[in-house]
Amino acid sequence: MRTLTRLLAGAALATGIAGAASAQDDPFTVGFVYVGPTGDFGWTYEHDQGRLAVEEEYGDAVETVFAESVPEGPDAERVITQMILGGADMIFTTSFGYGEATNAVAAQFPDVYFEHATGYLREHPNVSTYSARFYEGRAVIGHIAGHMTESNIIGYIASYPIPEVIRGINSAYLHARAVNPDVEFRVVWAYTWFDPAAEGEAAQALIDAGADVIMQHTDSTAPQAIAEEAGVITFGQASDMYQFAPRPRVSSIIDDWAPYYIRRVGEAMEGTWEQADTWDGIGAGMVGIGEMTDAIPEEVRASATELMERIASGEYHPFTGPINMQDGSAWLAEGEIADDGTLAGMDFYVEGITGEIPN
Amino acid sequence: MIRLEKRPTPSRAWSLGTPVLAVLLTMIAGGAMFAALGQDPFETIRIIFWDPLFHERFAAFSRPQLLVKAGPLILIAIGLSFGFRAGIWNIGAEGQYIVGALSGAAFGLAFYPSESVLLFPGMILAGILGGLLWAMIPAVLKVFANTNEILVSLLLVYVAEAMLASAATGWLRNPDGQGFPGSRNLARHPGTDNPELFAGTGIHWGVLAAFIAVIAAYVLFQKHMFGYQIKLAGQAPRAARFSGVNPGRMVLLCLGISGALAGAAGLFEVSGPAGQITIDFNAGYGFTAIIVAFLGRLHPIGILFAGLLMALTYIGGELAQLMLQVPAPAIQAFQGMLLFFLLALDVLSNYRIRIGRAAAA
Repeated sequence: MRTLTRLLAGAALATGIAGAASAQDDPFTVGFVYVGPTGDFGWTYEHDQGRLAVEEEYGDAVETVFAESVPEGPDAERVITQMILGGADMIFTTSFGYGEATNAVAAQFPDVYFEHATGYLREHPNVSTYSARFYEGRAVIGHIAGHMTESNIIGYIASYPIPEVIRGINSAYLHARAVNPDVEFRVVWAYTWFDPAAEGEAAQALIDAGADVIMQHTDSTAPQAIAEEAGVITFGQASDMYQFAPRPRVSSIIDDWAPYYIRRVGEAMEGTWEQADTWDGIGAGMVGIGEMTDAIPEEVRASATELMERIASGEYHPFTGPINMQDGSAWLAEGEIADDGTLAGMDFYVEGITGEIPN
Repeated sequence: MIRLEKRPTPSRAWSLGTPVLAVLLTMIAGGAMFAALGQDPFETIRIIFWDPLFHERFAAFSRPQLLVKAGPLILIAIGLSFGFRAGIWNIGAEGQYIVGALSGAAFGLAFYPSESVLLFPGMILAGILGGLLWAMIPAVLKVFANTNEILVSLLLVYVAEAMLASAATGWLRNPDGQGFPGSRNLARHPGTDNPELFAGTGIHWGVLAAFIAVIAAYVLFQKHMFGYQIKLAGQAPRAARFSGVNPGRMVLLCLGISGALAGAAGLFEVSGPAGQITIDFNAGYGFTAIIVAFLGRLHPIGILFAGLLMALTYIGGELAQLMLQVPAPAIQAFQGMLLFFLLALDVLSNYRIRIGRAAAA
């Protein structure tokens, strides 16, 4: 990182603000904006692993910088701008809440490449968005959960009532029910992405309500610790959380951003980068299923692996009809596959899930 | 032996000198911490305190950004200083900030897609009113039910955060946002936007409001009966009561002022730098402003400088992260040291240090 400072000192003589972005300092500099600390062992940790993979792949040709724990409010725009003034040629903003700020800065620096995670705003040709089809992973762990539960009650710690989370609940439920028609889902809305205390309480409440499998769409390991004490099983979220294997964590959904980051940085360096809206899943390696431990019976491991492979190859889509909405009305007919638009904006439960989505 | 001897009146020289000394001690202790982390302490300190102001490449951008970052901190801290001077502890400015932003944004969006020039003034009023009413809850409960305003105002922050999340994912969600959380963008819609006052600087009405608040508070504290009553209520509550200061009225006024200014700050941020209501819209300004208020010795001019200093450590801290990859928690620890030294040295303005034997011992 020292080299960047030296570069700055040199480049500073020649350029003003406007020239800063286009100043072609040798190595190509990539900046990452993180919403949490790199040591959260969840969401931000995995993005940072992606950054390190980029460094490893390109060696001296690439320099990376990052800013962690950047709030999604008024500060984001300033942090991104400072990164660019500091010489960044490409920016990854790795949380949904940075969408507006990313686009606002992109308008001012048309020569810088912008990649915004889990958003949809691409107002300028130099902004791309990318996200992962986490629901594919949820289908696989839902399948395992349906097999594993004995109380037939699966507890689900949800973060916020947004399409991303609702999609995950639906996908997990459909695939749990497919192997266990008696299964019930209990959903607790934690209204947080990362709050160990709140997540732990939610896990305890679900266990008290009879759940013997806990799924989480929040990023801390607190539910894992609670589940370990109570003797129920869990799945790692965002990161592998392997420290809780073989029980309570019996498998996990891993966000693997490395292949995408490496590819996009390479394209930007070669000048072949084009605006894109990427939504990749297990097949492209953006969603990984963590090792299934031997707490899972062998035949279930086999069937889960088979499901995973069918999803990866594109042979099977987790939202394939017939599927009804919660109120019993038809959504997908026999053999019909959900379109991406409906999935992206999903704001309803499928039939069989009890309770309401809070508003 | 070392003894502390209470001064008859707080030392004026020390109360001016301790902030400077605290900054110096922070630089030394912080520098030692950076050195322990394997960074060059001089370079790190220089990047934090010097580069945002004078670096050839960053300064043109970051100088006005200092004002943008400091604006809401100063505005909220000025409001808090009224209560803190009178011994009324509003710890919930963060909640009032959120409710102000929600009220103002809801007002603006209620008339969407109107671009009327009356919209923004109406939003400001709604923001002020929202923050004011939210602060009235602990105020009224204190006056009529004798509850503790520290607890009530703090707990209402969590209520406000829940309201914010429900607004961002529900009742204020952008209907064109494909189901994603977050309201429409106020900053990019004419009429609801808090415009840039000087092109290219990012300086908006909230920054101006902060300066006006500093001047108004200065005049009130120096020249006005109300300012005197506040001071009296804080320093000698019994004397204040005898001289006709109504304690209940004082609570309502002080919490009302701080709530109104926090609400206004929330509105200026949501319609300007933040642009929209999001789940995590609040970035802790309401809590940081408490630090700013004390760092500024509850004095309007002091708060102005304290706000700018805090903003400098934020922006300089970001630069240190970017240029040297100093971890963000180290920057937060650095800011914590600043507060620690300031409060620890506060003892010097109220006490004299005596070295040697006590005369009477």
